[in-house]
Amino acid sequence: MMKRLMLTFGLWLCSIAGAQASLEIVITEGVDSARPIGVIPFDWQGFGDVPLDISKVVADDLRRSGAFNPIAVNQMPQTPKDDSEVDFDAWAALGVEAVLVGSVVAAEQEGQYTVSYTLVDILRGQASGNQELRDGVLVQTYDHVLLDRFRTVSEPQMRQMGHLISDRVYQALTGERGAFLTRIAYVVVDENASYPYQLRVADYDGYNESTLLRSQEPLMSPSWSPDGRKLAYVSFENRKAEIYIHDIYNQQRELVSSFPGINGAPQWSPDGNSLALVLSKGGQPDIYVMDLETKQLRQLTKGRRIDTEPTWMPSGKELLFTSERGGNPQIYSVNLDSNRIKRVTWEGDMNLGGSVVPDGSALVMVSRVNGEFRISRQDFDTGYVQVLTRTRLDESPTVAPNGSMIMYSTVAGGKQVLALVSMDGRFKATLPAKAGNVRAPAWSPFLN
Amino acid sequence: MQLKDLLKAACLGVAALGLVACSSNSVTDSDVSSQESTGGSQQVGEGAQQGGADVEIDGVSPILTAEEQERQRVEAMRQESQVVYFEFDRSEISGEFIEILEAHAAYLLDNPSVTVLIEGHTDERGTPEYNVALGERRAKAVARHLQSLGVLASQISTVSYGQEKPVNSSHTEAAWAANRRAVLVY
Repeated sequence: MMKRLMLTFGLWLCSIAGAQASLEIVITEGVDSARPIGVIPFDWQGFGDVPLDISKVVADDLRRSGAFNPIAVNQMPQTPKDDSEVDFDAWAALGVEAVLVGSVVAAEQEGQYTVSYTLVDILRGQASGNQELRDGVLVQTYDHVLLDRFRTVSEPQMRQMGHLISDRVYQALTGERGAFLTRIAYVVVDENASYPYQLRVADYDGYNESTLLRSQEPLMSPSWSPDGRKLAYVSFENRKAEIYIHDIYNQQRELVSSFPGINGAPQWSPDGNSLALVLSKGGQPDIYVMDLETKQLRQLTKGRRIDTEPTWMPSGKELLFTSERGGNPQIYSVNLDSNRIKRVTWEGDMNLGGSVVPDGSALVMVSRVNGEFRISRQDFDTGYVQVLTRTRLDESPTVAPNGSMIMYSTVAGGKQVLALVSMDGRFKATLPAKAGNVRAPAWSPFLN
Repeated sequence: MQLKDLLKAACLGVAALGLVACSSNSVTDSDVSSQESTGGSQQVGEGAQQGGADVEIDGVSPILTAEEQERQRVEAMRQESQVVYFEFDRSEISGEFIEILEAHAAYLLDNPSVTVLIEGHTDERGTPEYNVALGERRAKAVARHLQSLGVLASQISTVSYGQEKPVNSSHTEAAWAANRRAVLVY
């Protein structure tokens, strides 16, 4: 009870501190086995207030990964300023395996701050006690230090610095790359706005949101270029579906596909040279690949039935897509060398909207389960299918570039919102928005 | 062909209406005469003076009116009904919308310079990209039906918005039924 009260209080604080975020991650289902970790408030050396509580950004990131359970500050046995002050036994008693300490120092140049951080392995430190005998002499050792780095950043970069530290800590402790320094693109629909359809980009946690495009007509299907610099998307601004490529840094837009009928579901190839897309200029929706330099098209499917939603295998030599050639929509693959088409999904009466995980080992998709549309994962080697969500009207799953988490669109509280679920389905969170319906999320590639 | 039948049936219907009108007039006449026979008032006397004026009321052309009325009825239906609704994940046009589409076809046949845009829409279930495909199939089903009634392909264009432009954005069965539609826009 007390714990729950504290959690609520913590979230309320979040929402005050996060005034600039219009999406806020709220964890709805945690993981019991999340590993306890100590993220000590960073030591501030400067005048006035610290510009940003970086350690809080890191703790929030690690908690939202579902893999870690950062100890609350008021539960900490101590708040060491650097690694030399860490009491290994006190932390080990709490089952904490690692502690992050750090500092923020105002640099000589105004508006610049030097952020230093050290990740300490508690168990190793406990075993060696910082010292060992070398040639009969007791010397200070540092093998308990997993990371020890610093970087000077400006104030607007401090949140990014926090995400970067989270990435490093996550990688040091799990062996896998963190995906905290990433962005999401999504569409907000607010019927009361003069431009109801808006394409926005934010940090993965909803902060630093900016609007790339406002329109009076629908916007759909954003897809990131592999370098994280461009978005391809569908816009109905000319009262028909057209595909644009939008450079998010210099704001240049290029119309790349405006054939009669559907121009939809663009998906950047892994090498960034071509775009998979859906065109119905041949009479019905078929899968094509466009060479982005020559704009030359190659048609991959043909037939009277719907083929749509292409998604690339990481090799770039195979595409998965949704087809109703067998009756109801199911997911198929087409090999770009042989043009051979194979059915991929067999369980359930509808599987669609597929997205391949970054290492190519599994497919994440929308499955109709007992009449409800839910997110599921199918492993390629075993064919095993796991339904991951219990929400309703789930759609548009997009996978974090490290494969740890899936973001998708769902309905909660009568509105379309974004939600998160871990690849094993054990960790769940929603990202309620301040206004409007939020849909069509697309998770960026790694940005560092 | 179907349209011709419709018009024929309509003409017959109106002709029948004309007959009813005639007979009802004769009933009025006999009422007057019965009033006369009961040895009536001044009013009856005045009426008797004007004599045959009462029977001249019938002097309209019932066939022409029928055509005009039918035309007006069809045009009113066309203006009132521009939406065809569909079952979940289906694109077949159900019988209740055939007459509406015939009204639109009649209008487009009469006005070959007029063009119509058919918007295909779906409910929010499924995925946005699949629903764009489904919406296109609905729009094209309506387009094909109009063409089968003689409308020129050059008068028809289609666009699919999938689930992106619901008329009812709540998440209920009733909202979904209202959103699964094709809309004819002039």
